[in-house]
Amino acid sequence: MKPRFALRSSMPWWRGPALIAAAAFVSFLLSAIVVRWAGGAPISAFHYMFISPLQTRFGITESILSATPLIFTGAAVAIAFRAGYWNIGAEGQLLAGTIGATWVGIHAEPLPSIVGVPLILLAGMLFGALWALVPALLRTRLGIDEVVTTLLLNPVALLIISGLLNGPWRNSETGFPDSDVIAKSTQLPIIWPGTRVHLGLALGVIIIVLCWWYVGKMAGGLKLRAVGMAPGAARIAGLPVERTLLVAALVSGGIAGLGGSSEVAGVAHQLTTGISSGFGYTGVIVATLAALSFIGSLCVALLFGLITVGSFSASRALEIPSTIGEFVQSVLLLTVIAALVIQKYRVVWTRGKK
Amino acid sequence: MNSQEGAGVVIHGTAPSIFLRNISKAFGETIALSDVSLDLRVGEVHALLGENGAGKTTLMKILYGLTQPDTGLIEAGGVALTINSPRDARAAGIGMVTQHFSLVKNMTVVENIALASANTFSLDLASVRKEINAASAKFGLEVSPDAVISSLPVALQQRVEILKALMSGCRYLILDEPTAVLGPQDIDSLLEVIKKLRSESGIGIVLISHKMAEIEQVADRVSVLRRGKVVSNSKVSGMSSQELIGLMMGNDEVAVAQRRPTQQLFGDPILALKGISVTTESGELNEVSFDVRSGEIVGVAGVSGNGQAELVRVLSGTLALDKGSVVIEGNTLGQTTPQSLMRAGVGMLGEDRHASAVHALQVMENLVLDCIDNFATKFQLKQKEILEHCESAITQFEIKTTPKQPLGTLSGGNMQKVLLARLFSRKPKVAIISQPTRGLDVMATRYVRSLIMQASTEGTAVLLVSEDLDEVLELADRVAVMYRGAIIGIVDGSTATRETLGQLMAGIKQ
Repeated sequence: MKPRFALRSSMPWWRGPALIAAAAFVSFLLSAIVVRWAGGAPISAFHYMFISPLQTRFGITESILSATPLIFTGAAVAIAFRAGYWNIGAEGQLLAGTIGATWVGIHAEPLPSIVGVPLILLAGMLFGALWALVPALLRTRLGIDEVVTTLLLNPVALLIISGLLNGPWRNSETGFPDSDVIAKSTQLPIIWPGTRVHLGLALGVIIIVLCWWYVGKMAGGLKLRAVGMAPGAARIAGLPVERTLLVAALVSGGIAGLGGSSEVAGVAHQLTTGISSGFGYTGVIVATLAALSFIGSLCVALLFGLITVGSFSASRALEIPSTIGEFVQSVLLLTVIAALVIQKYRVVWTRGKK
Repeated sequence: MNSQEGAGVVIHGTAPSIFLRNISKAFGETIALSDVSLDLRVGEVHALLGENGAGKTTLMKILYGLTQPDTGLIEAGGVALTINSPRDARAAGIGMVTQHFSLVKNMTVVENIALASANTFSLDLASVRKEINAASAKFGLEVSPDAVISSLPVALQQRVEILKALMSGCRYLILDEPTAVLGPQDIDSLLEVIKKLRSESGIGIVLISHKMAEIEQVADRVSVLRRGKVVSNSKVSGMSSQELIGLMMGNDEVAVAQRRPTQQLFGDPILALKGISVTTESGELNEVSFDVRSGEIVGVAGVSGNGQAELVRVLSGTLALDKGSVVIEGNTLGQTTPQSLMRAGVGMLGEDRHASAVHALQVMENLVLDCIDNFATKFQLKQKEILEHCESAITQFEIKTTPKQPLGTLSGGNMQKVLLARLFSRKPKVAIISQPTRGLDVMATRYVRSLIMQASTEGTAVLLVSEDLDEVLELADRVAVMYRGAIIGIVDGSTATRETLGQLMAGIKQ
């Protein structure tokens, strides 16, 4: 007997959700093995990871805080992928955004908040879009593959930050390689009093809703989807394929860059080389797990925020490595992708030769 | 397999007949085949005739191991064959040339054929080349072994596919609509090859085709499939093409295609080409000039590869001009782009309908793809209007679909109707239509042709590029024949004959 994939011809409504549930279950089982291996008890590890953060206000708000940058990068990746522009550079665009934001932040002392906050957000967005511009032009003008160029620009952005922090932006008080604290007037207001949840969360949710509306309900969104699904057919129908790709790339970079502003102006209030813990890369996972839906990306980002916070508490309580959180996220990605394949195809066993 | 036997240059002798017994196959709720039985013999050309979706290709895919039947079995010489893969099929002496070739485009002929038979750790291209030359000579299939596949015209690529199958030692060869991609001359030489393989090498050939003329010319027996069932199996000599069409379509009133009455009153020239020249890797256009008037259908005929494809690309705005200009209603367009042509009122039906269709989008979305902005406010799509537009198109163009079905799930004929509906509902001033009925069944073909005629009656200037001479003769008011990138002659449609066009297509000026 040997297995083979065959396209499913019919799809009952419950199969999708059931498969996702099965995928989650399998990934828990696989994670349990690793938790056990690390010397922890799987059940209590999962309790610390998924339940206990939700039992305290602090746990909830910290999870939301960790989810905030992923909401931006998830949306950024999803909109680019929907247009068939494979932007793997959300990380670099977010970092470029932090540069723009910091530049405004450390020079904006005399401005009032009403000017400072929009300015710092705008700067992040512009820098993110600018960072996305070069690969986008190379792709639309010369046909150079954007996967490679956007990916390779990520470490470049980090190196520029490192150069700035070791040079002109070195902390004027401590002398450490991190920037001065940005002006009070450019720091994002807290929207949940008594916690660290800031305006960035609201912006992220607004971005998600705007993207969802644009792609699903507006003329431009239909064009974008058509270009993403079949660029050749879109061109024959007279759609401006290159322009659509360019716009999608810039919007994607802008959203990622806005995520960078949100981190600098909302949480860190200064630039450090560790400003992003791979938010751009995790954004690719978030968008993929959400099957490129925007509302789905929001949910997955929140789940990942929970896992991040939860894995720290599990690590503290059970003395297992906190990287277990990343492990759970990665296994979840693999099982869900497998589930999506099974949703489309069925496995057929055929009689092989003896 | 039998690389030791050399170039498949073996005397096949009398291989046993192959029997397909009571084959049934369903895809979800669609029944593709129900209880089909068929017998194939060596030294015989067996034509499989049927409309699109009748089950011909599915049946042959089962025989070649590309898909498995739900029930039924295949046997040869009284022994049941287990065919789970093309490899099993080839071991049983069955070869197939599918509609889409399975050749590695940037490899040479030798490399491709070596790839198919490679089963050892050493690669001896020299001996494969020798085997190819021997097989070429034996079967009358000339190819140059060191040509890179992508540099070969379709007809030669097909020849390589046939050679590849023969060299793997097959005694049965399935050809799935082999003439659909060929020009008239290439068709003739392919039919000669088929005859020769049958009578000189004793190969059993299954020929899937829609074209009566071909079947009458080369087939010994013909089986007609209709909706997954064999409705007739007989000697070709005993059947008239009217009978066959009747069996295939399931009714007896088969009107023989008639030329449309020539219109005498054409309007002003709408589309004018002035000295258009381009050069590409695949071909060139050399000072092409002609015009198409309102209400007129101008057919473009020619052997494939004489510039028709380039002409269509110029008129779809995807190929830059070296010289010359396109004039629409007196307005000269410089470099054409898809958008500028569309704005000038040019509509387009490309030769590959799959390339024009966004498979994953709904039918209703595809229908408005070229005029989305007319169906949207500033902030949102007018879903209701799009749906109404689609429903009226479904009724008007007799499309078998629901508005929200993904376009990719439609049959070829229905997909073509969707694309034609999109084209004609814009009321274009000029319609560029390329190979509109390629691969369509008789009913769909007739319907598509009537749509084209209707559009021209309503005043659209139609440029019809087709390799189907009958189609050109049936529809065109004037026929422009292309030869080596130039217009070698323009003939009046009512007086044109296959012979006069054939001469021009061969480059002989009257």
